[in-house]
Amino acid sequence: MSALPAPERTPVWEVFRKEKRGAAFEHAGSVVAPDADFAEAWAREQYGRRGESVALWLVPRDAIRDVEDWADEFDLKYRRVDGYSIKARLKEARERAGTAGTG
Amino acid sequence: MAAVEIPRDEQAFLKYVQSGGQVETADWMPDDYRRKLIKFIEMHGNSELMGVLPEREWILRAPTLQRKLALTAKVQDEVGHAQLIYRVVEDLGKPREQCLADLVDGKAKFHNVFHYPTETWGDVGVIAWLVDAAAIISQKALLKCSYAPYARIMKKICWEESFHILHGRDVILAMVTGTPEQFELVQEALNRWWGPLMQFHGNPIPSDEDPMFLWRIKSQGNEEARQQFLDGYVPQIRELGLTVPDPKLRKRDDGVWEYTEPDWDELKHVVTGHGPKTEERLAFRRRFLDQEQWVRDAVLAA
Repeated sequence: MSALPAPERTPVWEVFRKEKRGAAFEHAGSVVAPDADFAEAWAREQYGRRGESVALWLVPRDAIRDVEDWADEFDLKYRRVDGYSIKARLKEARERAGTAGTG
Repeated sequence: MAAVEIPRDEQAFLKYVQSGGQVETADWMPDDYRRKLIKFIEMHGNSELMGVLPEREWILRAPTLQRKLALTAKVQDEVGHAQLIYRVVEDLGKPREQCLADLVDGKAKFHNVFHYPTETWGDVGVIAWLVDAAAIISQKALLKCSYAPYARIMKKICWEESFHILHGRDVILAMVTGTPEQFELVQEALNRWWGPLMQFHGNPIPSDEDPMFLWRIKSQGNEEARQQFLDGYVPQIRELGLTVPDPKLRKRDDGVWEYTEPDWDELKHVVTGHGPKTEERLAFRRRFLDQEQWVRDAVLAA
C-alpha cells in the first residue's frame, strides 16, 4: 500500500514517462481517472501533447509499495567508494617501488 | 543511512524547511503550513483556469491560422497546468470539486491580471509576452518550494510557459514591424496593462514578515520579483520603441528600479472579486460547470 493519500472516489494513477529511447522511465506526476482507458486518455494529453514522451507507464497508486525505512545496524562503507581511502597506502607503495614523483 | 525524519514539531519543522529541507505528501506537516500551502497552490490553479478566459475570447478572432493554433495550444497548456495544480491540492486534502465550488462562489482568489478585459489583439500579445513573463519569474522561484510535489510540477509548467512568452513576443514583434495602426494597438494595450502588471507580484511585504517566505513556500520576496521583471523586460519594451507609461520609472545607480507606487487599493479591490470582468468570467465558469455535470457523472460512473 502506498503511503500517499487515496482520494475519496476516483483512483489515482501514477504516470511514468520515457523521454527518449534508451532512457529509463521517470515519474512524471499523476492523473485521477475511473479506469485505465480514461487514465491513458488524460495522461496522453498531459504528458504527450507536444510529442515530448516516447512512452508512458500508468500504474494505479495503490499498486505501488512504498519502501522508506532502512536497517541502520551496520556501517556499509565497505560497499561504497567513499569507504576507501587509499592515499596513504598508495604513497607508501610508490615510495617502496621508487616510482614516487614520476607520475 | 537512516532516512531523513521530518521533525514533528512546528519550530523544528520551520528550521528544517529554512535550511532547504524538502517535504513530501505523506510527511508530517504543521496545520498552518498545510493550510497556507493549500490556499497558495489553489489560487495558482484558479489563476491558470481563469487565465484562459481572456485569451479564449480571441481564438475565433486571431488574425492568422498559425496564431489561432498557437493560442489554442496555449489555452490547452494553461488548463493542463490547472489540472496538474489541482492534483497537488487534492493530495494535500482538498478535493478538486471543492476548489471549483469555492472559485465560482467567489470564496477563492485568482490573480489580478485575469480580472481585466482584452480589448484588442494588442492585449493578446501583451498578455502572452509580459503577463506570462511576470508569472514565470514567480514560477521559477517556486522551483525551490519546500513542498516537493509542487516544486516538481513547476518544472513542467516553466518549460511550457517558455513557448507562451516566445509566442507573445512574436505577436508583438509582428505588430511593431507592421503598420502605424498596429504599433499603436500595442502601445495602447501596454498603457492599459502596465498598472495591473506592476501590481501583479503583490505589495512589497518584507520577506521576514511574509509567512509564505518563512515556510519557504515562496523563495523570493514580492519586491524582488518585481525588480527582476523590470530588469528583464523594460529594456525589451524600450528597444521596440514602445514607451512604458510611467514617467517616474528609472533605474538608480545601485541597480534598483524606482517607479510610481502601484495602486494597492485597486489590487485588493480586484482580487476580492470586484474586477471589471470578475463577475462575467465566474458566471461563465459556473455555467459550464453546471452544463458539463453530465460529463463528470458519466465518466465517474465508468
